[in-house]
Amino acid sequence: MTVVATDVAAVSTLRMADDCLVLSHRLAQWSSRAPSLEDDVALTNIALDELGQARALYARTAELDGTGRSEDDYAFLRDERQFVNCLLVEQENGDFATTVVRQLLFTTYQHAQWRALVASPDEQVAAIAAKAIKEATYHRDHAADWTLRLGDGTDESHRRMEAALAALWPYTAELFEADDLTADLVAMGVAADPAVLRGDWEPFVDRVLREATLTRPEITWVPIGGRRGLHTECFGYMLAEMQHLHRSHPGVAW
Amino acid sequence: MSNDARLPLWEVFVRSRRGLSHNHVGSLHAADAEMALRNARDVFTRRMEGISIWVVPSTAITASSPDEKDAFFDPAGDKAYRHPTFYTIPKDVQQL
Repeated sequence: MTVVATDVAAVSTLRMADDCLVLSHRLAQWSSRAPSLEDDVALTNIALDELGQARALYARTAELDGTGRSEDDYAFLRDERQFVNCLLVEQENGDFATTVVRQLLFTTYQHAQWRALVASPDEQVAAIAAKAIKEATYHRDHAADWTLRLGDGTDESHRRMEAALAALWPYTAELFEADDLTADLVAMGVAADPAVLRGDWEPFVDRVLREATLTRPEITWVPIGGRRGLHTECFGYMLAEMQHLHRSHPGVAW
Repeated sequence: MSNDARLPLWEVFVRSRRGLSHNHVGSLHAADAEMALRNARDVFTRRMEGISIWVVPSTAITASSPDEKDAFFDPAGDKAYRHPTFYTIPKDVQQL
């Protein structure tokens, strides 16, 4: 494998790693604020799973891009424009319904992604995927369970779920964005084919929404740019919160 | 964090490994049995404490009354012959 090809592979692992880290931080923001103690523990458990996946992917990225950067370098010492996570994961937690919808839309995607990468020619990525798929299966089921209960719950919970869906649905288009780089990565076998992912994602999400008596929104606009470092306004604030300790006290450890 | 009193209470039983019985580990709130099971998984087995979980609605449990403690338990107090203390237990048998 040439140096260039290896660099390209690093883009794939970095995108996935950033997805995991940013979602992990958003979920961690629920700590001590969830509707019940049980959900507090559940959401922070999921946050830790995502953080573990992020760490493994950053370590692999550092090997692939040849920089030998540490996990902390990726997480704390890059600026907003250098993060290549999708826009969906950075969206604010909102009410519990918003977080549940974000979880459903994203973890179903992530589950499909890990399932495809179990067969990756990059043995390390395949090993990460084999471990992560079990966690992702739980994350997806957790989100689906809550979607059913809130969607088909009270008038109030149904209304909030519909509102969350309307707000977040446009961001799902980016998950299946196929740029030239994606085509190369798919050809190399190190990224999942967006068309395959959509084929996995759509039936599951549709079924859960239908059972939850929720209506799948129409795509009204297509916000993209996360994969190229162009983020939504809320991301800068999140990053500042996440990075400030490390940047105020460089090299701090505990 | 609000403690949502509208959600029913569940008692959680965890079996730590094969061959042992389920032990009561605590209780939690959940909307229904399936969510109670998921919550129990998150709250009580996140450090590999178990391989099997039962959840039971707390209302389904009938408890002995503290007022009847004497009638219930005291009569067993002086009947040492009910204890299998006259057998030697093989030392390889750890869970008996």
